[in-house]
Amino acid sequence: MASYSTNEFKSGLKVMLDGDPCAIVENEFVKPGKGQAFNRVKLRNLRSGKIWERTFKSGESLEGADVMDVEMQYLYTDGEFWHFMNPESFEQLPADESAVRDAVQWLKEEDLCTVTLYNGAPLAVAPPNFVELEIIETDPGLKGDTAGTGGKPAKLSTGATVRVPLFVQTGEVVKVDTRTGEYVNRVKG
Amino acid sequence: MTDAPWRPTGSARALKARALLYAGIRAFFAERDVLEVSTPVLAAHGVTDPHIPCIAVPGYGYLQSSPEYHMKRLLAAGSGPLYQISHAFRDGETGQRHNPEFTLLEWYRPGFDLQALINETVALLALQLDQPPAQQHRFRDLFRAVTGLDPMRAPLTDLYRASPDPLPDDLDRSALVDYLMATRVESALPTDTLTVVSHYPGWAAALARTSADQDNEIVAERFEIYFGAMELANGYHELTDAAEQARRFEADQQRRDAAAQPGMRADPYLLAALAQGLPDCAGVALGLDRLLMCQLGATSIREVLAFPGDIA
Repeated sequence: MASYSTNEFKSGLKVMLDGDPCAIVENEFVKPGKGQAFNRVKLRNLRSGKIWERTFKSGESLEGADVMDVEMQYLYTDGEFWHFMNPESFEQLPADESAVRDAVQWLKEEDLCTVTLYNGAPLAVAPPNFVELEIIETDPGLKGDTAGTGGKPAKLSTGATVRVPLFVQTGEVVKVDTRTGEYVNRVKG
Repeated sequence: MTDAPWRPTGSARALKARALLYAGIRAFFAERDVLEVSTPVLAAHGVTDPHIPCIAVPGYGYLQSSPEYHMKRLLAAGSGPLYQISHAFRDGETGQRHNPEFTLLEWYRPGFDLQALINETVALLALQLDQPPAQQHRFRDLFRAVTGLDPMRAPLTDLYRASPDPLPDDLDRSALVDYLMATRVESALPTDTLTVVSHYPGWAAALARTSADQDNEIVAERFEIYFGAMELANGYHELTDAAEQARRFEADQQRRDAAAQPGMRADPYLLAALAQGLPDCAGVALGLDRLLMCQLGATSIREVLAFPGDIA
């Protein structure tokens, strides 16, 4: 893998730090007068999702991380692994719980997800920005209420719970924004 | 067809402010009988300072990181007081306040000592920024007031502890003090005010004379001027001792070797000019892009450049 010097650091670059693959979020050049120059860098640890702040002497370098994002189709879970397939090569890869994390509540079979591969193995899974899921449980709403003031909780087929307007009923399919976990609209079945 | 981002990042207002600033500078020096000169930006030699990365131009030499050496050769040839508005280049310096190509105002005053040049620089800045004259602190006192640590004598472990961020563990005293200066001391300077910091630690002398302070610590006859936390100008009571300058260049080479940086031949023309005799003088470099940022309240240097490095 190539290595990158601080002056090549830019947002999105994937590098290795303390044995973990990280993505650079921010890179600030700090130079006092005529002295030693530094780069104050914010990185997202791609394994834990945590933000790290580190300072490097300008000119130091980090090894690049063999990380890439691939669109893969979610197939099924066996309880221990979540299986994804590359729709072009048909290659299948299992992702463990640490990779799917919060995405698990949005995973619907056949949906295309962004799978981050590290050395060829799934490191993280991002669900599609919008998913369409069936409501399996919600209180019957009051007839005539369409204003959606406050709404009510509804449990979806994948296990997630979102707030929906009062007029939305069990058995209906709704569109949800997975980045915010918010209801968008009803989908006609 | 491509949709390359061809438009300038600096506004029409910023372009006009620059034209006005240059006119103001030229009037300031015309009144004081200081000669405007023009020296090469492309020359055979770069600088040995390991913290100033020069851009090499194969077949020619280097883009100049400041017009200092050529201006000193003019001084040694008897030019008298002189100034220049020039472009300068530093490899890899990109950030909110840095662009690899930037604009410097540099001037030299034979017969001036450090304080006389501080006064003249503050006069120019006070005029351009519409500010009252500056507060002035010695580096060691200011550093101690902000961090509670003596930059010359505090144990390295204490300097490490004072850092707001985790740092590489192989820093020496000068690098630690530099970092604390940039992250803690500069940000503690009063906003929208000119502050002069003088008498830097001896290790930061570069091309300045040195003397001893009241505790017999070696200090550089060097100053910097800040507007708020923005470093604007760096000045020296210039070193005129050719042998001492050659020794410092040699020490730079050793630091370059230790850091596995490419070697840089000391400029023989400058050393020959110093050997011939540089008049006793003080000189200062002032970043004009940053001065424009202060005038316009800009947060990024991109706002005052027509075309920053990534779209130049």
